[in-house]
Amino acid sequence: MKNPISGLNKIFDNRIRLGVMSVLIVNEEISFNDLKGMLEVTDGNLATHLVNLEENGFIKVHKGFIGRKTNTTYSITKLGEREFQDHVKALEGIIKGIK
Amino acid sequence: MNGENEPIQALEDIKKIMDRSSRFASLSGWSGIAAGICALIAAWLAGKKFNKYAISENEYEAKSNYTRDGNLLQLDRELLILAVITFIAAFFFAFLFTYLRSRKTGVPIWGFMARKVMINMAIPMIVGGLLIWRITDFGLYALVAPACLIFYGLALINGSKFTLSEVRYLGYLQLLLGVINLWAIGYGLYFWAAGFGVLHILYGIVMWNKYERNEKAVA
Repeated sequence: MKNPISGLNKIFDNRIRLGVMSVLIVNEEISFNDLKGMLEVTDGNLATHLVNLEENGFIKVHKGFIGRKTNTTYSITKLGEREFQDHVKALEGIIKGIK
Repeated sequence: MNGENEPIQALEDIKKIMDRSSRFASLSGWSGIAAGICALIAAWLAGKKFNKYAISENEYEAKSNYTRDGNLLQLDRELLILAVITFIAAFFFAFLFTYLRSRKTGVPIWGFMARKVMINMAIPMIVGGLLIWRITDFGLYALVAPACLIFYGLALINGSKFTLSEVRYLGYLQLLLGVINLWAIGYGLYFWAAGFGVLHILYGIVMWNKYERNEKAVA
């Protein structure tokens, strides 16, 4: 999963997955539609990446209802938080290395 | 994929998204200036109304509900209408300038952050509104201006968690004015004009100068 040299997490190579994690790190809970608006992506595209993040245990999915409409919200897991922070640290490390 | 700029770009993206998804920053400084001007005009008109009915603010506030006669009740109605029009006008212009700014910068106004700010501001404002309603029912007119300032200040502080930190300082200043006004009975209109008029205009100028002056339009 992680590149042993750089410490970068391969899962976060993707911009949308990285975007989802960036939103969730500062927001306790967010709905699918708000996430979509924030990242300016299509339904299908976002859904695929959310499934991927969920399967890796980085995010939690909560299925609920507002009236009759489904309202799915997402939040970050402890593991996701840790992995994301490690990834950011690794990115910073690389930048320091270049300079 | 693995150019040298890649990590820098990724970090910048992360920062941008975290920032954009955690606070509402689209409010234009011009909105503050416009709302402030509305408030100053309203305070001036209210002052004129006191003159028209040949009553000082102090006397107006001192009259209990039992001793309010036809003239005074007419003044009450006129002031209430003025207040409602002022609120609508201030809100309209505040919205207009923020809308124009968002058209220019291409950042949508109505995200979920805007919603959070609105909800968090609405709670103290609505409760404050109800309290002021009851205050006038009991004839304590002197407390209307301080209550407006205090609850608006609390609304700003509450909403500021999801927007720029300057809003919080504006909230503290409104609170301060409101609290002082509690012990400066008879000068409510001046305090109200200072809080809703002058402070809004100053806030607008500061915000415009800090965030909008050098803003580029998107093609």
